[in-house]
Amino acid sequence: MSDTHISDGEHEDPSRRDFIYISTAAAAAVGAGSLAWPLVSQMSAASDTRAAGSIEIDVSKIEEGQQLKVLWRGKPVFVRYRTQKEIDAADAVEIDGLRDPETDEARFRPAFDGKIHKNILVMVGVCTHFGCIPVGEAGDFDGWYCPCHGSHYDTSGRIRKGPAPKNMVIPEYTYISDTVIKVG
Amino acid sequence: MGIKFMKTLIVGATLALGGLGVANVATASDAGGTHKLEHQKWGFNGMFGTYDRAAMQRGYQVYREVCASCHALEHLSFRHLADKGAPFYNADTPNPNDNDVVKAFAKDWSIEAIDQDTGDIIDRPGIPADKFPLIFPNAIAAAASNGGAIPPDLSLITKSRTGGADYLYAILTGYHEAPHDFHVADGTYYNTAFDGNQIKMAAPLSDELIEYSPYMVAGEHGAEPHEVAAPVATTDQMARDIVEFLTWAGDPHMEARKRIGLATFLYLFIFALLLFLTYKTVWRNVKH
Amino acid sequence: MSGPSTYEPKYAAAKWMDKRLPIIRMGVDFMGFPSPRNLNYWYAFGGILSLCLMSQILTGIILAMHYTPHVDMAFDSVQRIRRDVPFGWLLQSMHAVGASMFFLAVYIHMFRGLFYGSYKAPRELLWIIGCAIYLAMMATGFLGYTLPWGQMSFWGATVITGFFGAIPFVGESLQQWLLGGYSVGNPTLQRFFSLHYLLPFVIAALVALHVWAVHHVGQNNPIGIDVKTKEDTLPFHPFYTMKDGFAIAVFLMIFALFVFYLPDALGHADNYQRADPMKTPPHIVPEWYFLPFYAILRAVPDKLLGIILMFGAIVVLFVLPWLDTAKVRSMRFRPTTRRFFYIFLFMCFILGWCGGNSPDDLAFTFGHKNVMVDGHEVSEAIGMTFKTLSRIGTIYYFGFFLFLLPVLGWIEKTKKLPDSITKAIHDGEA
Repeated sequence: MSDTHISDGEHEDPSRRDFIYISTAAAAAVGAGSLAWPLVSQMSAASDTRAAGSIEIDVSKIEEGQQLKVLWRGKPVFVRYRTQKEIDAADAVEIDGLRDPETDEARFRPAFDGKIHKNILVMVGVCTHFGCIPVGEAGDFDGWYCPCHGSHYDTSGRIRKGPAPKNMVIPEYTYISDTVIKVG
Repeated sequence: MGIKFMKTLIVGATLALGGLGVANVATASDAGGTHKLEHQKWGFNGMFGTYDRAAMQRGYQVYREVCASCHALEHLSFRHLADKGAPFYNADTPNPNDNDVVKAFAKDWSIEAIDQDTGDIIDRPGIPADKFPLIFPNAIAAAASNGGAIPPDLSLITKSRTGGADYLYAILTGYHEAPHDFHVADGTYYNTAFDGNQIKMAAPLSDELIEYSPYMVAGEHGAEPHEVAAPVATTDQMARDIVEFLTWAGDPHMEARKRIGLATFLYLFIFALLLFLTYKTVWRNVKH
Repeated sequence: MSGPSTYEPKYAAAKWMDKRLPIIRMGVDFMGFPSPRNLNYWYAFGGILSLCLMSQILTGIILAMHYTPHVDMAFDSVQRIRRDVPFGWLLQSMHAVGASMFFLAVYIHMFRGLFYGSYKAPRELLWIIGCAIYLAMMATGFLGYTLPWGQMSFWGATVITGFFGAIPFVGESLQQWLLGGYSVGNPTLQRFFSLHYLLPFVIAALVALHVWAVHHVGQNNPIGIDVKTKEDTLPFHPFYTMKDGFAIAVFLMIFALFVFYLPDALGHADNYQRADPMKTPPHIVPEWYFLPFYAILRAVPDKLLGIILMFGAIVVLFVLPWLDTAKVRSMRFRPTTRRFFYIFLFMCFILGWCGGNSPDDLAFTFGHKNVMVDGHEVSEAIGMTFKTLSRIGTIYYFGFFLFLLPVLGWIEKTKKLPDSITKAIHDGEA
């Protein structure tokens, strides 16, 4: 049997052998990779979850100085009809000194008529520190105040004081009529 | 040894598949009552079978205008109609929630909801994310309005019945005059495909019961959208269309499944061949 | 068998590791495990089964992320998996078909062990651990089939848990304890889910023991004689990793055929109907892999006796090493036993066929006779019912283990065994 071990393999082409080994290993890697894709991507949001990712809000019912809180993607969205005083206060802020510099103007999307109406503020009501929900008409700037770790936001939802790093997030939204906005 | 093993494997597989075949025939003859289930030609059968988009769209119309008075589509949402591979998919609005046709369909149904101001239960027009509403609030109500028989949910009807699409087609076209010596009980109808031949559902389809609207087919690969003339809504045509639609409803990922299946097989053939060559190379000097 | 380790760490890091936790050494020795040179493709099913177990655990963990074990939501959550979860249709199909593939592989593995006498000394414990794995697989398969909460799930669970009700005196309270109520309901579903998640890890632990045992006593081989010299063996890697790898690829094609093209062929249409405690499906049949046992159960008119026989059919496997009295392992050298083995294999298929059909239906038709029904003369088929056929199968099943194997072991004149594996290969006998 030892003779069979060696003799018939002597004129074997080693490069052909390596080619077979390498292609097999490559094919196995490709297979494992393609199999990994469904195994990993199954954890991303399912299509029913994604379908529930956009909502329509009728803003006509909100009165001046009032705020609507709507659940969107598991988080509250604040829709605030700001008073003129609040708008003026937000406008008066010096941008350069802000932690997350942003004009009040930049925190609005054009309404159905194509203009910016700064009275309706749409904002994800989540503190950018660790995700608590800030309290309205509170804090040093009469905007929002987060009770968890003491972050103060102004009437535009910008961070002014406290540990939070960013302004409160403005979600993707559009006006689909004069009074209805679609978030998401 | 390899060839012998292959032979054994092939014999075994044939035996096993033969056994499956026998089992299938046996159950099919049980479910079909006295009527032998006829196999229809469906475009979705076979390894490369796909759904006929136009037929599915007509089928949805049949469901909406005929079946939906009693039967629910429990597991479907409106948005499913606009998914890739679904009847109303539109490549311009790949997000099913933005599909205009489906938005219009959804609006056409009223959905129970809670008024955000008063907390009252109200009806609002549907949106694509909504599920198809239940037709009856519960099974008791369903049975009470239908002579004691609960109209089955249709979203899995072709999967939950032995014979699948063929069986559904046979039921829908199985209404005939009962033989003179056959007693049909009150509240039931003679149907050749139904077990026991007496079904509580009256013949749902009749020639030209509805009028098919012509429909637009979205142009693929940059082509212009074009209108397709609708066929006459004969009983047979409607039965075929609703079967096409409901088969999709039960198995919406069938096309993707077969596509990925083909790729998997191509891969496995190459991989098996490579492994065989590797195996032979590794063993080349070993007598065994 | 495995002998002293031949691993020599080359790099400093490997040496450091080897002194503290010789895990690399373990892996190297494991892969280099000397295996008989003459293993054929039937020996690839051990590897195939490991793959099946891994695949089931992986897809199962994933499904558990999306599944809801509640009677009102279980059925819908499975539909959600199949419709809305990315690739959910694929993973659910892989898991459901995977169960069937697992059993297909385990049956081939067991029949292989039977044929080559792999349960004989010193491999009795190896075989018994294997039987325990099989038993745990059956339990897992049954529990898992309940989870989709279709009609077959519900009624299958009702029937199987009903077995325990047949036990004298304690049966009824035992059954209630199992179900967590008077009938199959939400408490049942939740505990079944919990146990279905647990058992695969028990199986994995048993598999570890099984592999340990096989590495201790060494693999059996088609001619069933012991390995005598190093010449008789080859290192497991690369020789059998590559051979098994090829077999696995072929097996995966069968797997893929079902997953992609026949996903419902191995299931029941009734299980696409939501469980309804008020309506029993016309034919309750278990999954195909339980059919032979179901046939044995129904072959006997007495409830308790049927259950005893059904469990006995599995218990008998555990004591097989002491039932077979033959000194020769492989049936290649036992021509008479081999014939009876083939009949046994055939009978298992027959029992499976019986299990899938109504006991009073005719399996074979011999002819017709005319009988009077309501004053009309009607032609009625006469033949053998499935009940009769399953009795024949049951008698043979037990007869094979309890009578044929012990007796044939004493009286059969076996063929002459080769001197060694290497010699047999040389003479073309292996």
